[in-house]
Amino acid sequence: MPEKNIAPDLSVLFAAKIHSPNPFWLASAPPTNCGEQVMRAFDAGWGGAVWKTLGDPIVNVSSRYSSVDLNGQSMMGLNNIELITDRPLEANLREIAEVKRRYPRHALIASLMVESKREAWHTIVQQAEDAGADGLELNFGCPHGMSERGMGSAVGQVPEYTEMITGWVKERARTPVLVKLTPNITDIRTVARAAKRAGADGLSAINTINSITGIDLDTFVPRPNVDGKSSHGGYCGPAVKPIALNMVQQVQSDPESALPLSGIGGISDWRDAVEFLLLGCSTVQVCTAVMHYGYRIIEDLNDGLANWMAEKGFGKISDFQSLSLPRVQEWKHLNLNYKIVARIHEEACIGCQLCYTACWDGAHQCIHMDRAGPPVQPGTGQHGAHSTPAMREAQSREVIAVTPIPKLDHAASANGEERYATPLARIPRVDESECVGCNLCYLVCPVPGCITMEEVDVNLPSQSWEQRTASANDSPMTGPIHGGNLD
Amino acid sequence: MAAADKPDLELAARFPDLHPPFDHQSALTEANRCLYCFDAPCTAACPTHIDVPRFIKKIAQGNLRGSALTILDANILGASCSRVCPVDVLCEGSCVYHHFNKQPIEIGRLQRHAMDAFLHDGAQLPKNSVADRPGKVACIGAGPASLACAARLRQQGFSVTLFERRPLPGGLNTYGVAEYKLRASDSLREIEMIRGLGVEFRFGEEISPAKLVRLERDYDFIFLGVGLGAMHKLGIPGEDHPAVMNALEFIERYKTGAAANVGRRVVVIGAGNTAIDAARAAIRLGADNVQILYRRGKEHISAFTFEYDQAREEGVEFRWWTRPVAIHTYGATIATIECVSSEPVGFTANADLLAAPGPTTSQSLRIPCDLAIPAIGQSPLVAFLESCRGVGVEHGRVQIDRATGQTTNPKYFAGGDCVNGGREVVDAVADGKRSAVALARILEAAHA
Repeated sequence: MPEKNIAPDLSVLFAAKIHSPNPFWLASAPPTNCGEQVMRAFDAGWGGAVWKTLGDPIVNVSSRYSSVDLNGQSMMGLNNIELITDRPLEANLREIAEVKRRYPRHALIASLMVESKREAWHTIVQQAEDAGADGLELNFGCPHGMSERGMGSAVGQVPEYTEMITGWVKERARTPVLVKLTPNITDIRTVARAAKRAGADGLSAINTINSITGIDLDTFVPRPNVDGKSSHGGYCGPAVKPIALNMVQQVQSDPESALPLSGIGGISDWRDAVEFLLLGCSTVQVCTAVMHYGYRIIEDLNDGLANWMAEKGFGKISDFQSLSLPRVQEWKHLNLNYKIVARIHEEACIGCQLCYTACWDGAHQCIHMDRAGPPVQPGTGQHGAHSTPAMREAQSREVIAVTPIPKLDHAASANGEERYATPLARIPRVDESECVGCNLCYLVCPVPGCITMEEVDVNLPSQSWEQRTASANDSPMTGPIHGGNLD
Repeated sequence: MAAADKPDLELAARFPDLHPPFDHQSALTEANRCLYCFDAPCTAACPTHIDVPRFIKKIAQGNLRGSALTILDANILGASCSRVCPVDVLCEGSCVYHHFNKQPIEIGRLQRHAMDAFLHDGAQLPKNSVADRPGKVACIGAGPASLACAARLRQQGFSVTLFERRPLPGGLNTYGVAEYKLRASDSLREIEMIRGLGVEFRFGEEISPAKLVRLERDYDFIFLGVGLGAMHKLGIPGEDHPAVMNALEFIERYKTGAAANVGRRVVVIGAGNTAIDAARAAIRLGADNVQILYRRGKEHISAFTFEYDQAREEGVEFRWWTRPVAIHTYGATIATIECVSSEPVGFTANADLLAAPGPTTSQSLRIPCDLAIPAIGQSPLVAFLESCRGVGVEHGRVQIDRATGQTTNPKYFAGGDCVNGGREVVDAVADGKRSAVALARILEAAHA
């Protein structure tokens, strides 16, 4: 058993030079707009912060954010059309210096974006490092506004520009240089490779995704509404995490791309963070969750991570970093002879039948409502093989129900467990011979543990598509599955 | 009941909603909790089979009008049912959440939310897309069963006339439901919507045998939605005294503002849901002490468990195994109710009530009382039902084919309390609807 009483070491050393007391950084965004904010964040427990992007001060519009809410949960996804810092460069530099002086052990990264001129980049690099920044993050990702001026994602979408500007920065930089990647591109690795070729010390990914979050159905104006018009923004928050994880995996699995990586994209709790670390990130950056709930969420990011590490016996972050990378493979390497089937555990089933309708309409029609006997075909009275969802509903509508009156009707006087027990007729059954093991029923089931996916031994050796097609080429008529009695 | 179409403010203050309405955000939160079960047990449990998950999903998705129309499609009295239904033993009682986190969806309140919004927006049912068709049906009584039958038939283009002996429609929905559940004004508002479909109402119509003959001649079919008759008498000395008022009369009088003074001590005799409505009303109208006398034990009451629990919470006292034998009066007031209390010795809840009586401990007691309210059920309208020739009646209940509501006289259909002996509004609506579906099929074939 791992020793749970020893506090794990959460500190990280990013790109061999940037020390951070924990892997949690604030992403370059409104939460890092000024020194007062960053200092409060460090007091709350954040390990590092990437300062809101420095550059020539801009003018913002109002309003700036819009969100996607899901079934009453607000801000599953957040969209913004805010630009880089609107504060004077001198004020930002002065405050960076002050924060660094007061918090020497925290990681402070300066995010940079200037026009695509060598001198301009040289100057800003010099200024940020002189102020005391521990590292530089090149904002080649901002997808709105700045990109129309030839900056942000306009750079990050073209490998050659990325390589050129990263090269300019590296001519002058003394601290580690991170290139922040945009997801608004066909293959994120093309830009990651360009950054690596130019000598970048690290990467951060992903920046926000081009988005229109929604439209006001009364005014027909998309949100956010700026005087009757809107513009596409950058999408982030919990909704983008799967996209970010995929891109992180792509970069870290590619030897020509892989670099120390700061993972970004929908990280809301410690479990999300662990996932990014498992796919090869060294640190993670958080923005939307802080904009939603405040700096205080760092408490459980640290606490949850530490407890999980202790439980798993990991003493330091690098003990589990990248462990999931080898577990992501191309589809052609997956074992075709691995079979799982769904099992519905009768005692846990509440009879909602979401698995039944999901399997019939969205999967493979192998969940049936026949535990209480074979179905009766409407009209004929004959027993049929299976009843369809429509038949089930029609049957229920035919039943004459009355209000049970105590004293007159048994059902009303039954009490407690008996009264509320799930009737056997409402508990679905999986036909395991038809089940393809797709997971859908397990995913829609609202009751944890009610449906489990169980491995079935098919008595065949592991075989991938690649292996199968190779062996089929050797002897096309006698593949291990399709040989013999199947046609 | 001149002002019955407007809520009485003083009455409203004494009878706040038993289940207050949701505000919009709470409704959304609750609606989002619904699992959207397939072939949902709540829908199956509802006698009118309202598609509950569908109407709840529509609330969650910002389609309140669609939600209300989903409800109305199954149950034209969806607004009053959302308030008076014993949801604990119907939709909410069958919610799968009982098995999960033990917190069933508040279906009744969500239904009310959708219906309130619909009524607030003017209660406009979709324009009838069906042209008028030949076929005339007379509904006797304008209570829930007849209203449901009439609305459904009218929506399919047939002519319907309701004959009601009282001055207002709605039956017990208007006159007999406790005020904290449903106000007369809300019942009438809902019926106005049905009138808007083109259903004709005739009030003050007592149906004599001669008139029945004319109806048989003038209409293709007759639907009996006459409910039950007068309340049973106690059959004891003193019960004709003015300070003895049966529960339905009491409820009707306070709802119409005619019986606000109940005195200090009220005794209700009987332990059904109407008895409980009366007892709780008496407390709200200012009585200090309200007792319910019941001749058997707690296990035998016909009131729903939640009604009993709520009455206890409001301070109603119950005396079991207590039977009144005389009401002693003194001038204009009651002095005491003389009772015999006789609890069987060694009684168990499962004992057969019809078995020969065992030994009892018997004692006599006198309960001081200002107002006595007998509530021991309604008797059937025997004389009237006998005048409906060929309509079979057994144990006071009209015999029907359950699926169609047709009586033994094929010209007559029936539903509601006169058929089931006295159940819920939703049962009456379901009966009326089933009859309408059957009648429409027959009329369509006859006039094809």
